[in-house]
Amino acid sequence: MSLKIEHFVIFLTISCFLSCRDVTSLAKIQGRQIGIEASIKASDSIENFVSPYRKRIDAVLDSALAYAPSTISKTDGKYNTTAGNLLADIVLSEAEPIFRSRTGEDIDFVLLNHGSIRSIISKGKVTARNAYEVMPFENSIVIAALSGKSVQNLVLYLRDYGVPHPISGLQVVLTKENEIQSIRIQGKPLNEKDTYNVATSDYLLNGGDDMVFFKDATQVTNIDYKIRNAIIDYFSKVDTITPDIDDRFYRME
Amino acid sequence: MKRRKFIKQGAASTALLGLSGISLNSCLGETKKHITVLHTNDVHSHIDPFPKSHSEFPNLGGLARRATLVDTIRRENPNTLLFDAGDIFQGTPYFNFYGGELEFKLMSKLKYDAATIGNHDFDNGIEGLLAQMPNAEFDLLSANYDFSNTVMDGHVKPYKTYTVDGIKVGVYGLGIGLAGLVDKKMYKETVYLDPYEIAIDFERRLKEDENCHLVICLSHIGYDYKINDRPNDLALAAKTRYTDLIIGGHTHTFLDKPTIVKNRMDREILVNQVGCFGLNLGRIDFYFDSNTSRTAEGVSIMV
Repeated sequence: MSLKIEHFVIFLTISCFLSCRDVTSLAKIQGRQIGIEASIKASDSIENFVSPYRKRIDAVLDSALAYAPSTISKTDGKYNTTAGNLLADIVLSEAEPIFRSRTGEDIDFVLLNHGSIRSIISKGKVTARNAYEVMPFENSIVIAALSGKSVQNLVLYLRDYGVPHPISGLQVVLTKENEIQSIRIQGKPLNEKDTYNVATSDYLLNGGDDMVFFKDATQVTNIDYKIRNAIIDYFSKVDTITPDIDDRFYRME
Repeated sequence: MKRRKFIKQGAASTALLGLSGISLNSCLGETKKHITVLHTNDVHSHIDPFPKSHSEFPNLGGLARRATLVDTIRRENPNTLLFDAGDIFQGTPYFNFYGGELEFKLMSKLKYDAATIGNHDFDNGIEGLLAQMPNAEFDLLSANYDFSNTVMDGHVKPYKTYTVDGIKVGVYGLGIGLAGLVDKKMYKETVYLDPYEIAIDFERRLKEDENCHLVICLSHIGYDYKINDRPNDLALAAKTRYTDLIIGGHTHTFLDKPTIVKNRMDREILVNQVGCFGLNLGRIDFYFDSNTSRTAEGVSIMV
């Protein structure tokens, strides 16, 4: 028995003396960032894995659908832009027949948001890939019934928000002093007592970009139509795409 | 008799000596340890490099290049962990066509250890996220999203610990407030909890209950905000006690170098974010030794 204890003591002494202490005390931290640049060789096994996925996408996306004689951008105007006008006009023209067939009513105007336009459309061949770049999100078109009063709030929001949100079917003129000079819907002055069918995205309907006035919608119709699909459908129908900056929203000088 | 006893005793002691000799050999050569932490954020389905004609990022990024880089670093230091701070999905047709399948499969091939969940990871709804879980051979970590009343219940852990070369690393995830940012019909009954309170709770658990040597936060709450006081990584860092590194995302912040922030204990910790779209890989190296008497000020930080 005493022998065993003796062993144990010898063992403990030796191991205490010789064994290392815990190497768990943080001594130094070094932080940096490494750019993923062309000089780094791409991994062949990853390339081979991605290749079939990429081929299928390219086949679908890169066939020419239309032609743009000049570049379409969301930053080429202060109150309305070529990209914004194109997008809002597309939503109006493509969603209208579906909404009409479902409800017997017409869409009065369209409001989208500037932030959702994610890319320019470069001059030249227009493809479905452009539609994905412009609108990568899976947002759908919804139609909200808004009172004339809510539309007035919507217009005040447009005036104050400071970015050219895309509109179509709605005309807003501001005075030199930034007051509202006129609001026209489908060419007619806004009537406070009327109800208007406003096409927008489901994202904005639910309060995205602080568009709180959509909370007052008296009715909402979801036509189960993605904005991007509307864009692709439009590109497939037309030969050339030539949106202009026009007088749908401006401030008098 | 006495002699026999001596021999027996001697043999036994020698045997024990031999044992301690093993531990002696194994530690003399290793009085320092080195853990490498690699990270990405907001890759947004950017699998291919940007085209050569791109005005901002010509021929930059690309997952197959990242794979080579990660592989090289792992060969230099096998004690490497790889994380992502969310918004894996949305931004190229790869996501629109395949719903995130390729993103998760490739991250598994790169042997990501964990990722946190970004707002865009809900873009195909919470069912869309669930549908891709079989393709993820890494963990999704979120401590402040309560998924109990959703289909994701049981698929997300608040934190995970990794023991790398004897160093215990605790990692917890934080997500951004979803209301107003993501359509409710997408995130459904996911409940967002205050990221500051949750962080303070989980870093304590990781330090005190799990005895981690290193605590890392994977955050998608955003680096900082100019216009209002939304929760952000810089403020979070100042509130924490035990977190050593915050790997951030959401704000697509490009930093010249990781930011050093003083935490609640007046200790300097790192907040890092590497922009977006897989253009960069963050690399933080942690070196450990056996000097237990070092104070917080004694830890040297090189950025």
